[in-house]
Amino acid sequence: MTEITLVVKQSCETCTLIEPIIRQIAEHFNLRVICQDTQDFPAGLPVEFDASLEQSYRLRIEVVPTLIIQKDGIETSRIFGWDVAAWEALLGIQFKSDLPKFRPGCGSKTHDPGMQERLAAQFSGHMLSARRLNFENVDDIEIGYDQGWSDGLPVVPPTAERVMRMLAGTRRQPDEIIGIVPPDFAPCSVEKIAINAVLAGCRPEYLPVVIAAVEAVLEDQFCMHGLLATTYFSGPMVIVNGPISRAIGMNSGGNALGQGNRANATIGRALQLIIRNVGGGRPGGVDRSALGNPGKYTFCFSEDETNSCWESLAVEKGFSSEESTVTVFAADGMQGLVDQKSRDPESLCRSFAAGLRVIGHPKMVQGSDAFLVVSPEHERIFRDAQWNKQQVKDRLLDLLMIPGEELIQGAGGIAEGLPEKLRSAVLCKFREGGLNIVRAGGRAGLFSAIIAGWGASGSTGSVPVTRQIQS
Amino acid sequence: MELLDPTSEAMPEGRQPLPRLSQIDGAVIGLLDISKPKGNVFLDRIEALLNEQGAITKRFRKPTFTRVAPDALRQEIAGSCDAVLEALAD
Repeated sequence: MTEITLVVKQSCETCTLIEPIIRQIAEHFNLRVICQDTQDFPAGLPVEFDASLEQSYRLRIEVVPTLIIQKDGIETSRIFGWDVAAWEALLGIQFKSDLPKFRPGCGSKTHDPGMQERLAAQFSGHMLSARRLNFENVDDIEIGYDQGWSDGLPVVPPTAERVMRMLAGTRRQPDEIIGIVPPDFAPCSVEKIAINAVLAGCRPEYLPVVIAAVEAVLEDQFCMHGLLATTYFSGPMVIVNGPISRAIGMNSGGNALGQGNRANATIGRALQLIIRNVGGGRPGGVDRSALGNPGKYTFCFSEDETNSCWESLAVEKGFSSEESTVTVFAADGMQGLVDQKSRDPESLCRSFAAGLRVIGHPKMVQGSDAFLVVSPEHERIFRDAQWNKQQVKDRLLDLLMIPGEELIQGAGGIAEGLPEKLRSAVLCKFREGGLNIVRAGGRAGLFSAIIAGWGASGSTGSVPVTRQIQS
Repeated sequence: MELLDPTSEAMPEGRQPLPRLSQIDGAVIGLLDISKPKGNVFLDRIEALLNEQGAITKRFRKPTFTRVAPDALRQEIAGSCDAVLEALAD
C-alpha cells in the first residue's frame, strides 16, 4: 500500500504558497498532512498537529515542506522544498496552478537551536541506560559537589539532552563497552564516557578523542591501576596528533601546556573524571599520591605538526600523518628549560641533557620516562643544522650516560643513590625508548619544557601508549 | 532536575572477614613481597618471628608492585595458606 505524508508548518512561506497544491494532492491520494505549528493549516483538511514534534523527529524532517512516499511502511522517496516538476513526477499528476516553479523550503522546527538534542533525549532516550537521578530544590552546580562527581571544579550537569548531544559526536553505540576501569574494575560504556565528557565541559566533537584516550589508558602496558594508586606525582597526560587536533581547534601553539583552550582543557579533564567516577579512583582513596601535580586536573595538548621540521610522535609510532591518534603518558608536571644563548645543536643538546639529568632525582636512572617539548625557537636551531628528531635523541642519550660514581649512595654528600657496587658502571638516564620529543609552543621564546614521567616506567610500571582515534 | 549517573552505579558488596586464626603454632602463613625495595628485609624479620612461634611460612612475590597480583598467584596463596601477610616497604 502506498502512503503519502507531507510535513509542513504554517510559518513557512513556501508551505503557505503551496496550500492549493496540497488540496489537489488530497483529492487524488489519501494524504497524511503533519503540521508542526498549528492544527489549522492547511485549512479544510484533516491535519495532525505535531505539537511535540515527535512525528517530525521520527521522520527525520530537516526542511518543510517535505513529501514522503512509503510503500508498505518502507520509505521509497522523499523531496523537500517546492519544485513543481519534481512533485509532479513523483506523484504522477499535473497540478493546476500558476505558482512559481521553484521555491526552497524552510528549516524544520526539529532543527531549531537545541531542539535536536531535546527531541533525542525525549524520543530516543531508550538508548541511554544510565541510572536517572532526580534532584529538587538544589543549585544544579552544587549537585556535582554533593554527589562527589567533581574534581574540585564545577561540573556541567549531565542532563539526558546534553548526553544525547555528546553521543552525536561518535558513531559508536552508547552501550559499547570500552574497557574495565580501575580501581573498581568497572565496565565503562561509551555512554558513561559521554556523561563524564559532559561533566568535563567537552563538545561532542571531542568525544572520539576522549574515547581513544580511555582505550589507551586501559591497555595493560599503561598500568592505569598502579598509576592511580602510586604515591608518586603522576597522572595520565594526553597528546593528540593528526587532523582531528586541528579540526577540533586544539592548541599546539602559544600556551599549549597552559589554560584557555576548551579542547585541551576538557579532554584531559574528562579522562580524569572517568577514572574518578567510573573507576572509583579518588584522592585519599586508592589515589595515594603524596603531592599529585596540577596536571591531574587536566593535561592534554596537541603536537604542532604543520610547522615542524620533524616527523610527529604519531608517525614515529608507526601511524600516518593523516591518521589521528592519542598518546597517553604517565606524567608529572612540567619543568621549564631556558636556554637563550645556544645557537648550535650541540650546545642546546647539552642544555637539554642537563635539565633531563635531574628529573626524579639527579641520581635516578632508568626510572622515569620523559617528554621533551621543544618550542619553535629551539626547534629552529636543529632545523637550520638539519638535525632530525632521532639525531637529537641520540645525542641526548649520549650526553645522559652517567658515571656510576656520580650516582651511588653518598656521592655529592647525598644519601640517596644507587648501590655502591655500581660505582664503576656507566648508566643511561633513560631506559631504551624512554625519551620522547614533540614540538609545541608559541613562536617567541627560547624555552622548552620537560615533562617527567612516573618513577616506574617500562615493564615495571607504565609505557606510553598510542591509539588511533575512531570517529 | 533529572541527571544521568556518571558513576559505575556499583555498590560495594558487604563481606565478613574470615575468622582470625586461633593459634599461630602449626598455621601456614603466606608472606607476600610486593616487590618494593627492602620488602624482603621486612619479611625476613617477620618470618623469623613467626617461625619462633611455630608457624610454617611460605614466601611469595608479585612480579611488580605497580600491578595487582596475578590471579594464579592469588589462587596459589588462597589454596595453600591459612593466612597471608603482605609487605609494603620502600
